Amino acid sequence: MTQQMTQLVDTLTAWAPSGIQISYLVAAACFILGLKKMGSPAMARQGNFIGAIGMLLAVLATLIDQHILSYSMIGIGLAIGSVVGVWLAKAVAMTDMPQMVGFLNGLGGLASTLVAVGEYWHSRSHDLPLSSAAVVSIAASILVGNITFTGSMVAFAKLQGIISGTPLRFAFQQQLNMVLLGAWAVGAGLLIANSGDLAGFAGINVISLLLGVLFVIPIGGGDMPVVISLLNSLSGIAAGATGFVVMNNVLIISGALVGASGLILTQIMCKAMNRSLPSVLFSGFGTDGGSTGQGAGDALNKTVRQVDPEECAMMLGYARSVVIVPGYGMAVAQAQHVVRELADTLERKGVEVRYAIHPVAGRMPGHMNVLLAEANVPYTQLCDMDDINPQFENTDVALVIGANDVVNPAARHDTKSPIYGMPILEVDRAKHTVVIKRGMSAGFSGVENELFYKEKTMMLFGSAKDAVNRLVNEVKQL
Amino acid sequence: MTESLITAILIFTLASFTGFEIINKVPPTLHTPLMSGSNAISGICVIGAVLVAGAELDPSVSTVLGVVAIACAMVNVVGGFLVTDRMLQMFKKKES
Repeated sequence: MTQQMTQLVDTLTAWAPSGIQISYLVAAACFILGLKKMGSPAMARQGNFIGAIGMLLAVLATLIDQHILSYSMIGIGLAIGSVVGVWLAKAVAMTDMPQMVGFLNGLGGLASTLVAVGEYWHSRSHDLPLSSAAVVSIAASILVGNITFTGSMVAFAKLQGIISGTPLRFAFQQQLNMVLLGAWAVGAGLLIANSGDLAGFAGINVISLLLGVLFVIPIGGGDMPVVISLLNSLSGIAAGATGFVVMNNVLIISGALVGASGLILTQIMCKAMNRSLPSVLFSGFGTDGGSTGQGAGDALNKTVRQVDPEECAMMLGYARSVVIVPGYGMAVAQAQHVVRELADTLERKGVEVRYAIHPVAGRMPGHMNVLLAEANVPYTQLCDMDDINPQFENTDVALVIGANDVVNPAARHDTKSPIYGMPILEVDRAKHTVVIKRGMSAGFSGVENELFYKEKTMMLFGSAKDAVNRLVNEVKQL
Repeated sequence: MTESLITAILIFTLASFTGFEIINKVPPTLHTPLMSGSNAISGICVIGAVLVAGAELDPSVSTVLGVVAIACAMVNVVGGFLVTDRMLQMFKKKES
């Protein structure tokens, strides 16, 4: 009996490494399948679940690894992380999602660095030899991990309002970054030559932490969607680099997947703002003074047509189709619930209501869609820019709530405007355009909006929440 | 060592292409959940952290580093998957 038992244990031990590798393969497949299912709103939740199963499998498989000698500390780490994770996921407000993602990116980066440092320390304290390939992997992992960590934390602080969102620049900023990168390369070189070089090791850590801070502080609050996407990509690459350190395929695969995903989102955001990635990273928006777009404003016919809620409600109530264009101002005012009530009331009167969503309407890619979904707006009513733009011509009323730069027609024709070339929602092509706004102030870019002076445009002054509330009451009385 | 390094680079490259192909098809509506979900997946470095934290019998410097790394990565994993689920739950078709 005991002999049989030992035999069984022996067989299991012999098979464990293959079992772990196969579990990793299944986990990687789960991640790919999960991400693929993210392609449709109906399947996405299932996809996320499949991804979570893959993760659970990967973690469980790792726990049976024979190289693990002590479990108590691992248990503590897993427990603390899970509790904090659950609390964060439950507590965060949907408007704060950009900060949340920024913060999580940062933790991912920190974890990658710590693994690389821990691996280095382990080898060092046991006098195990480190090959140059391993040292390069460790150095790269520390570089990407630390930049992701401090960069994300600065982005988090900017979005949360802990530090100012205005770009912070100083002379020779670019040159300083170059010098630091050079110094990092020297440190990494020293480490490759002699893997025991502690000064070099400490040096590359400090330098990469500094680089992360310097990389994000010159970027303005308006460019945060790009930065968050880029840091998302970096957190993936950091995990991938850790995979090279511990030579683990599932880490490499997952890291590459996330890296690619973040890169695509970065590209999409840049395109939506009509900016190149280098210009976002190295030249802040509006840093060349407040004189932008003044020339164009003077030539405009400065008459503004005002509309009162009663008249506006009539236009909306008797329209065939209405397109609502929400901007971040609407979300800040927490007006999405009344906006949905307005849409529901209109639909009951037989009006077709849709929402037109600009890619940079929120503070991160797809943010506005989440905020509207939270207010129970069905996703079938949410239209992307490319789908809705050709349909504005057949729209009776375009209702702009708290959006500004993304509906400025100057982006189409005014070559002098700083937002020239940026893709916009073409609300001025609708039969009527109503803009709900507090006053006539300029948008985020500091550019005056010529839409407000157009013949077909009417202004409904007031805060988003109040104005829409009054519209709901008026429409109900029709 | 070099051979396994080349295999690793190969895997990384192929996985990147796979990532580009799948994620290109995700509609803008789902970009925020995609980001937080992929964020959770990047918490996979918890595996590396577990290996580092468990490598020694008596707690040492590398054990402590590993445990902190596990905690950070787990926040990423658990927080990321749960908040993504919370968001996706809100995406509904028209209620009847």
